Amino acid sequence: MGSYVIRRLLQMIPVFFGSTFLIFFMVYSLGDPVAALFGDRAPDPATAARIRRELYLDQPLWKQYLHYMGQLFQGDFGTAFNGQKVTELMRDAYPVTLRLTLVAIVIELLVGVTLGVFSGLKRGRLIDSSTLFATLLVISVPTFVTGYVLQYLLGVKWGIVRPTVSTDAPLNELILPGVVLAMVSLAYVTRLTRTSIAENSRADYVRTAVAKGLPRRRVITRHLLRNSLIPVITFIGTDIGALMGGAIVTETIFNIHGVGYQIYQGILRNNAPTVVGFVTILVIVFLLANLVVDLLYAVLDPRIRYV
Amino acid sequence: MSEPQDPREAIAATGTGGAMDLALSEATSLSVPPDGRSEGQGEDEKARSLWSDAWHELRRNPVFIVSALLIAFLVVISIWPSLIASGNPLSCDLAKSQEGPASGHPFGFDTQGCDVYTRTVHGARASVTVGVCATLGVALLGSVLGGLAGFYGGWWDALLSRVTDIFFGIPVLLGGLVFLSVVTSTTIWPVVGFIVLLGWPQVARIARGAVLTAKQNDYVQAARALGAGNGRMLLRHVAPNAVAPVIVVATIALGTYISLEATLSFLGVGLRPPTVSWGIDISAAAQHIRSAPHMLLWPAGALSLTVLAFIMLGDAVRDALDPKLR
Repeated sequence: MGSYVIRRLLQMIPVFFGSTFLIFFMVYSLGDPVAALFGDRAPDPATAARIRRELYLDQPLWKQYLHYMGQLFQGDFGTAFNGQKVTELMRDAYPVTLRLTLVAIVIELLVGVTLGVFSGLKRGRLIDSSTLFATLLVISVPTFVTGYVLQYLLGVKWGIVRPTVSTDAPLNELILPGVVLAMVSLAYVTRLTRTSIAENSRADYVRTAVAKGLPRRRVITRHLLRNSLIPVITFIGTDIGALMGGAIVTETIFNIHGVGYQIYQGILRNNAPTVVGFVTILVIVFLLANLVVDLLYAVLDPRIRYV
Repeated sequence: MSEPQDPREAIAATGTGGAMDLALSEATSLSVPPDGRSEGQGEDEKARSLWSDAWHELRRNPVFIVSALLIAFLVVISIWPSLIASGNPLSCDLAKSQEGPASGHPFGFDTQGCDVYTRTVHGARASVTVGVCATLGVALLGSVLGGLAGFYGGWWDALLSRVTDIFFGIPVLLGGLVFLSVVTSTTIWPVVGFIVLLGWPQVARIARGAVLTAKQNDYVQAARALGAGNGRMLLRHVAPNAVAPVIVVATIALGTYISLEATLSFLGVGLRPPTVSWGIDISAAAQHIRSAPHMLLWPAGALSLTVLAFIMLGDAVRDALDPKLR
């Protein structure tokens, strides 16, 4: 187990540097951060040159990247162009997005797995076919449409929830945005669980459990569900990264000042240190989530051992 | 729990594959006629190739028929939008801003006073073109790179695997924002290029796996023993037997690419005016959803229906081409 974790961590290193360099390259070579700093006015050449030197922007790109990474490993993510430390922005933004993602994942698991179990057990019946069609519909409607429609109906027209989220983003206000964020993944989780349950419900161990007289409830929760959740867990693991990065649409609609909001603002204002810093953390989250998922397999299925 | 008696159960139960294919795999099992799938029941007794077999299967699948008709309709109106909407989507009358339906304007007007019906019909072109071009690009680049890696193996294969890992680590929407925010072109090509850039690793992985499997087959070994060169083996023996999974993934991806284009346009970095696009219209309408919800409804409905049609088509093709499901 220990050596497996170490090997996986080592494999992450090139991927980490590759992904961050790609983002770094896109941000720094495609846009001109110094010109952006001056807004619409043309910068004074001498000042522009001085700022370039201070920000290492006069160096070749790979040197800039190495310098950036050197700073980063000392905990310095640089300074946004308004003088705020990027780490300060992160301290405000990441907890918000993390809460939102957690709400979304809890909804995915509760609703998706429940629906999947029901339709998997009732395969071919009305509940099954209507669930399947509903998931297909949900997958087809883009998140920003779902977001605006639900915000309008629940928030504005019927006044059930607050249409926008306040600055500290308490958990109860994040439920509707969480539902919107979870929607598409929810459909995938439902379908995955359904297939998996249907496949495993004919397995020998289920027949044995039924034959030895276990109550149906126990067969489903202890035997069937536990074995069927492995593909679902894999999906959720890769989804954590996608949700945190994809929260940008949901955060825009509900005015949540999270990671997506900061990156979006950073890109609109060509605020390079913010964008690269935030995306770097997202890449790390994505890689670690994948590792955790691989380790979780052993918990769900004791037959899997790591060597 | 007994053995499966209903062929529908057997078909859907054997579905295996990646998370997405898996998740999308069952939709069509709904519509398979309960008595339809037994082997050797076809009208013609001679052995069919995978492709004619798949075609035979598809023709009888209502999901395929519905989605194919829808897509044919979409393609026709994206080539000749004036067939059903003779107006000019760019001729607008501010005096009619946000007005509801009127005679000759069944969907009403948007904020700029443009006819929503005309704009919705004309918006199909951008979405369908982006979807088709991006899918072609992704499928070509992905299958060539992935196929070569699977066939030749070695350092190229190892390198490709790492490179795909790197691309998977980048959040798609954020990459799109960074990459497209500096582009000033108003054509669809930057968006297509970006989707190809971030989409090919998915297909490359599938193609690599398919080629690796096809390479093991006896007929490939036989071809090698007969002295066939690498090129001939790859083109004549391996590729035709590895292309099915790529087609399946590409068809399903087409729907998601259309959705991605709309999302990027919504965020302001995808297509830009004067291109008529559902994403742009939805984004503009969303700000006025309280006063004029009809402006959002039509383009959003058209977009969702298009994505749905392509995902259903991909699903049907998948069921027809994947012999494991038989």
